[in-house]
Amino acid sequence: MSQIFHPSTNTLARLSIFGAVFAAAALAFAAGIFARSSVATGVGVAVRQEVPFSHKHHVEGLGLDCRYCHTGVEESSFAGIPPTATCMNCHSQIWVDSPMLEPVRESFRTGDSLEWVRVHDLADFVYFNHSVHVAKGVGCSTCHGQVDEMPLMWKENSLYMEWCLDCHRQPEKFVRPRDEVFNMDWETPPNQLELGRHLVEQYDIENLLSCSTCHR
Amino acid sequence: MGIRFAAGAALVLALSGCYAQEMANQDRYEPLEASGLFEDGMASRQPIEGTVARGQLFEDDHLYRGTVAGQPATEFPFEITAEIMARGQERYQIFCTPCHDQLGTGAGIVVQRGFRRPSSLHVDRLRAAPPGYFFDVMTNGFGAMSSYASQVPAEDRWAIAAYIRALQLSQNANEADLAPEDLELLGAQR
Ligand code: HEC
Ligand code: HEC
Ligand code: HEC
Ligand code: HEC
Ligand code: HEC
Ligand code: HEC
Repeated sequence: MSQIFHPSTNTLARLSIFGAVFAAAALAFAAGIFARSSVATGVGVAVRQEVPFSHKHHVEGLGLDCRYCHTGVEESSFAGIPPTATCMNCHSQIWVDSPMLEPVRESFRTGDSLEWVRVHDLADFVYFNHSVHVAKGVGCSTCHGQVDEMPLMWKENSLYMEWCLDCHRQPEKFVRPRDEVFNMDWETPPNQLELGRHLVEQYDIENLLSCSTCHR
Repeated sequence: MGIRFAAGAALVLALSGCYAQEMANQDRYEPLEASGLFEDGMASRQPIEGTVARGQLFEDDHLYRGTVAGQPATEFPFEITAEIMARGQERYQIFCTPCHDQLGTGAGIVVQRGFRRPSSLHVDRLRAAPPGYFFDVMTNGFGAMSSYASQVPAEDRWAIAAYIRALQLSQNANEADLAPEDLELLGAQR
């Protein structure tokens, strides 16, 4: 009876033991790339809503300030999503026949809340606070991107821990004067590092890297 | 081999965190989250009617309702400093300019898009109106304008009222009203 395995398979066996290490490494690498791709992070993927609310029209078009709707952003951890009544401040008279706005009117009539799909949603084991970032000169657009150009909202950043830490390690690369926080047209000036170091001192900004800052 | 490879790949992907983790979505509610537990579908509860939270009795009629002895207050409930004036300007620009515009003439962008046009703030009737009147309009709304009480806290509403006074003065000032150093500034600019 002839042998099942030809002697040449010995080399194959040795090769595959050796190769398995590379295969595993390649897989892990691919997984890493996948975890950072927009499929996994949702970065750049516009989120559909029942009411197609457009920041582009309301912020860029009408010049509304973020705080007109996100009233909590300066004082609380939660920026807040506006209640139906806020929309009706204007839509009681504007586009009153538009079918796009029917859910808003219905919510106003019945008192049932509008349902918005969350775009940013940190893991529940992470603590985040808007007010501290706003008070220390981190602009909305640094984290959320050019919201004024978003017809539908998307995530500009992964919100991964490495992203938070990139800034907490070197806040001077990102901070801006406090009165520019809500300015969507702010551009990083050429002397950002100089300005940033100055602001870090002026606003007394620390490098918060301890795990319990965010996992508490 | 093919199946095993696929299973292995799926396992690695799962471990790399693209599948929902239980720790990431715990059994607690976030602000404004939906809940099947209550009839109105909201996790955030309203206080039971008639109860008052600590520090929210709002007894002070002057500060919270803009009235003194039932009449619109003619004075501000606290001293108006330069800081409060600046706050009033900022808040006016956030909440009022969309309709009343920067100057208060009533031609803001939302009015240009078809909202009812409000009266200019620079008419004799409103120049004569006491601060409590402006506070009342912001608190309870006025005709087509809805209440801003839920968006603007009481202290800020007073700051806005103070800023409106300043706006009105700015459009209706005589040379005699100006301090000498301001006149000098004006002269230099001419
Ligand atoms: C007219 C009201 C209004 C204004 C003004 C406004 N927003 Fe919003 N914003 C909303 C509504 C409604 C939503 C929820 C729907 C959505 O996600 O698009 C929202 C959602 C968001 C979200 C995503 C929330 C989530 O689900 O994660 C961000 C971030 C945001 N807004 C930032 C801003 C910034 C920055 C500004 C100022 C430049 C601004 N908004 C101005 C009404 C407003
Ligand atoms: C300050 C006034 C104002 C507020 C507050 C406001 N809107 Fe609008 N909205 C407008 C105007 C004006 C338009 C018309 C757009 C235009 O002319 O560019 C509009 C248009 C829209 C449209 C039509 C599609 C589009 O984007 O052009 C939708 C949908 C809409 N708004 C939803 C909302 C919702 C939901 C809210 C509450 C979160 C809201 N709006 C709050 C003024 C407002
Ligand atoms: C340091 C980064 C950062 C800055 C600066 C920032 N945000 Fe956010 N924002 C986040 C993160 C992270 C979340 C998700 C929070 C969560 O899931 O708990 C979020 C969520 C939101 C939401 C959804 C509601 C909520 O609070 O969870 C809104 C609305 C919002 N941001 C608006 C704003 C506005 C307006 C500004 C500017 C004043 C701003 N953000 C500045 C990181 C930031
Ligand atoms: C672009 C810069 C930037 C990014 C991105 C950023 N932060 Fe911060 N963060 C800051 C600054 C600046 C401070 C203020 C430090 C201080 O108080 O000295 C801060 C403070 C904090 C604090 C302290 C709040 C307190 O009450 O003590 C927490 C918690 C926090 N950040 C969480 C996060 C999380 C979670 C993320 C990512 C989702 C994040 N930050 C992303 C700049 C940033
Ligand atoms: C600036 C805020 C911040 C600090 C400081 C921080 N983390 Fe995180 N951490 C996060 C965020 C945000 C996430 C969520 C990442 C996600 O959703 O993928 C996270 C996730 C994690 C996870 C889960 C891993 C995963 O991929 O889901 C672990 C474990 C963790 N952190 C450990 C630590 C340890 C240990 C430290 C201290 C050395 C630390 N963190 C400091 C913000 C922070
Ligand atoms: C969405 C548009 C809109 C916004 C925003 C708005 N108003 Fe008005 N306001 C109106 C309209 C319209 C009227 C006239 C109502 C009527 O005659 O039915 C009015 C009337 C008034 C009046 C009464 C004038 C009179 O004739 O007695 C005052 C005072 C006033 N507004 C102040 C404010 C202040 C202060 C703010 C900011 C907190 C503000 N408004 C924001 C639309 C608006």
